[in-house]
Amino acid sequence: MKIGKNDVAHVANLAKLKLSEAETEQYTEELNRVLTYIENLDHLDTEDVLPTVHVLPLQNVFREDETHLCLPREEALANAPETEDGMFRVPRVID
Amino acid sequence: MLTQFTLAEIVDKLAKKEISAREVTEAALARIDAVEDTVKAFVTQTREAALAKAAQIDAKRFNGEEVGPLAGVPMALKDNICTKGIRTTCSSKMLHNFIPPYDATVAELLENAGSILLGKTNLDEFAMGSSTENSAFFTTCNPWDLESVPGGSSGGSAAAVAAEEVFFALGSDTAGSVRQPAAFCGVVGLKPTYGRVSRYGLIPFASSLDQIGSFTKDVRDCALVMNVIAKYDPRDSTSANLAAPDYTTFLDGNVKGLKIGIPKEYFVEGINADVKANVHKAIAVLESLGAVAEEISLPHSEFGIPAYYIIAPAEASSNLARFDGVQYGFQAEADNLQELYEKTRSAGFGPEVKRRIILGTYVLSSDNYDAYFVKALKVRTLIKEDFDKAFAKYDVILTPTTLGLPFKQGAVRDLVSMYLNDICTVPTNMAGLPAISVPCGYVDGLPVGMQLIGKPFAEGTILRVAHAYEQNSGLPKKKPTLTAKGGAVHEKI
Repeated sequence: MKIGKNDVAHVANLAKLKLSEAETEQYTEELNRVLTYIENLDHLDTEDVLPTVHVLPLQNVFREDETHLCLPREEALANAPETEDGMFRVPRVID
Repeated sequence: MLTQFTLAEIVDKLAKKEISAREVTEAALARIDAVEDTVKAFVTQTREAALAKAAQIDAKRFNGEEVGPLAGVPMALKDNICTKGIRTTCSSKMLHNFIPPYDATVAELLENAGSILLGKTNLDEFAMGSSTENSAFFTTCNPWDLESVPGGSSGGSAAAVAAEEVFFALGSDTAGSVRQPAAFCGVVGLKPTYGRVSRYGLIPFASSLDQIGSFTKDVRDCALVMNVIAKYDPRDSTSANLAAPDYTTFLDGNVKGLKIGIPKEYFVEGINADVKANVHKAIAVLESLGAVAEEISLPHSEFGIPAYYIIAPAEASSNLARFDGVQYGFQAEADNLQELYEKTRSAGFGPEVKRRIILGTYVLSSDNYDAYFVKALKVRTLIKEDFDKAFAKYDVILTPTTLGLPFKQGAVRDLVSMYLNDICTVPTNMAGLPAISVPCGYVDGLPVGMQLIGKPFAEGTILRVAHAYEQNSGLPKKKPTLTAKGGAVHEKI
């Protein structure tokens, strides 16, 4: 086992996912299968290889510091499940 | 029927005023009425807006006003490309009600070119999959065999073009999500070079790999669509600030002396013998036109998929963190904020999306970061270097697009087997290269695709080779009959 049920539960918690017992079990089994396959990479010696984060030879793309029109507030809020006084509304955070 | 024509033919007929935009649009809508219940390519249709736009185009043309290069041509967009005022769902419960307040750059460019949006097409949820079976709504059917999958993740776009519901469609390709469905549906699918087409407004999956691409009936149509969407966009910081050529100028049929590398790693275990035979026949056609084909080696090809299943989930886990039920989309009922996040994400995402978020979070966690994530980035370098070496000597690389034929809905249940669908296509995403899938034969009535890979920004070269092949392939001009090969059409599995 590369990854146990506790690991899956922990990682799911970090990703803000709540898994049922059955889901945790299923994902543990599936992720072990995928990780075993992924570990084919261990056959490669990459000691002296530099990582590629990005394929384009781009660095620090600058633009002029100009003001542009941005999304009007009503439009930005139009898709929100709940709003109040022109703001996104969420459950109370502080008692 | 008007829908039988290619994009180039329709543009010509419209320009000559032989037909009106309204007639073309009505013909496409009638075609959708006739086949959409069977194919199920669309998540959302935009019929009224389409007819209104067609009327506008006709009025402009009647008045002698300037119309765009694709004026009056019906098309579709994958439902992960934002369209202002039109629901954009990513085929996910999470965004089932999301109406973007802005257009993706490609949507805007196509709008300005005069093309007419008929709707948004089905995909594997958040573009994660190879069959559209991961759509939260329904599975799209392959027009060549309704019991088979159309491929994915851009299966709806591929099927809509194959079934002639639209003249072209856009999709997105992170590991093969344009090319594999294009191969499975017998149409032309291009994934341009990373940075060639703006990703602004494409709902991101794996940002260093994602690229918007096109589905068309033939190679000329592909060039015509590229002429509109290949453009520098300051709103996408990874957009290449490089002028795009007129891609139709490459369609001259001249491949004399062109050097084609055939990587042996793409023809080994697991390849369907008939697929292999058809690709070899295509190589022979190109050789008969004066191209020189030689076997080459891309030794790290087999490591593309395992590296991808680290990099893509890692990027996805970060990108999909934005879906928290606060600003847009689905929201679950909850008593506190923590619960709101958890319940929303747990109920809003489907199983494959959750699986990849968990995998991505795992490989990025501090204990695993070097062993998995950095390792995969290093393997990405090796894959890219394989291509760099090959392209020092060869103009294009030719491979099958997929190792097998379209499979039956529900037939591939093993995760890794499903992931291996992208084995021929994923290395080019890792290296950011342009690649096109072109139909190169039929086996048991199902299409086969070959892939041509080019140097960075050499879309013109692969279009030239694809076009030369297409014009000389000797393939029958087949179209899908839209019937199931025995048995009933599957419902959502």
